[in-house]
Amino acid sequence: MKENKMSYLLNGIIKENPVFVLVLGTCPTLATTTNVIGAFSMGIAAMVVLICSNMVISALRNIIPDKVRIPCYIVVIAGFVTVVSMIMHAYLPELYDMLGLYLALIVVNCIILGRAEMFASKHTVIESALDGFGMGVGFTLALLSMAIIREVIGNGTFMGMAIPFVENYTISIFKMAPGGFMVFGIMIALVNYFTKGRAIKKKSFGCEGCPGAAACGGNCENK
Amino acid sequence: MDFTGLIVILLTSVLVNNYVLSKFLGICPFLGVSKKIDQATGMGLSVIFVMLMATAATWPIQYYILEPLKLGYMQTIVFILVIAALVQLVEMILKKYVPGLHASLGVYLPLITTNCAVLGVTINNITDGYNFIESMVSSLGCGLGFLLAMVLFSGVRMRTENCDAPKSMKGLPITLIAAAIVSLSFFGFSGVIDNLFA
Repeated sequence: MKENKMSYLLNGIIKENPVFVLVLGTCPTLATTTNVIGAFSMGIAAMVVLICSNMVISALRNIIPDKVRIPCYIVVIAGFVTVVSMIMHAYLPELYDMLGLYLALIVVNCIILGRAEMFASKHTVIESALDGFGMGVGFTLALLSMAIIREVIGNGTFMGMAIPFVENYTISIFKMAPGGFMVFGIMIALVNYFTKGRAIKKKSFGCEGCPGAAACGGNCENK
Repeated sequence: MDFTGLIVILLTSVLVNNYVLSKFLGICPFLGVSKKIDQATGMGLSVIFVMLMATAATWPIQYYILEPLKLGYMQTIVFILVIAALVQLVEMILKKYVPGLHASLGVYLPLITTNCAVLGVTINNITDGYNFIESMVSSLGCGLGFLLAMVLFSGVRMRTENCDAPKSMKGLPITLIAAAIVSLSFFGFSGVIDNLFA
């Protein structure tokens, strides 16, 4: 039983990493990884929302009628996003300004809605909290790994501190938009390479978690 | 009315601040629905439509309901619910009265509810302090920019699908690298607008 619980936790970190394996939540992944601090705080904010919303949705899973479940999930998630952004606005105003729009956009982050639909609606509160924590850590680690590459190469700094030697040879394209796409592509390719394609086939996951799946009939799937 | 200002807003949001390629909003449909050019066009047109509707609904809500009642902090919740309800409503109306249009755009509409570009544009219009006309123009520009990016990229994508990439680069990775190059090409526009209307 204990092992089982651990597997819920570890699932999100490695085997079903939400960013590199499930390829969910690409927008914040690309947008907030220009520096390490921004990426880290985005990851933590998303993790808090993910844990709280997973727990609440799992606790309410027998009360929420099946037909209106997606709007219900969105209300719960939006509520927690508002709480998190108000806390950040009050205590960490610089981070709030840096993340700006993307903080509000955690609402439409497919990782959170996807986990609510795929996991929290079928499991107990504790399991959902563990899953939320695991997924949150996986998301944060993925953001951090991309942000470190982009900040070090693009800006020659690490968490705002200049790195000697490297700072004289920066490739500024890495911290701009094209660099985001490029680093993300290379990271996924590396994950594919090291797992030798054993990483879970996205086909069996992507659409289940997507609230629009019934409507699009798999058209939205990036194979 | 300042007509030049509106044109600047339109061109800026189409080319310079392209939502997909420089602000990373709406990446999911950009990667997911861009395999065929007709699907990409359908999705793009639906997004323009929903963005305009959403802005027309959320702008008055912000300025005539939320702000007088000091409920600004409810913005995120209210906007996402209004957009979700609006999309459902539009879909029902189209199904009943304009079945032709529903057949071509209908499948994309529910997907758009969770498209961050739509929520993004409505919130952005408020934070940038645009008036109603400017907001509508900026939404139109963002929608057109989305359509442009989708259509251009679906053309690029048809080629990458056929090319012989290394095994671990196949599929999504090579698509992202291609997106990086398309996004790079949009950088060429960054100085144009300022110089044009300086």
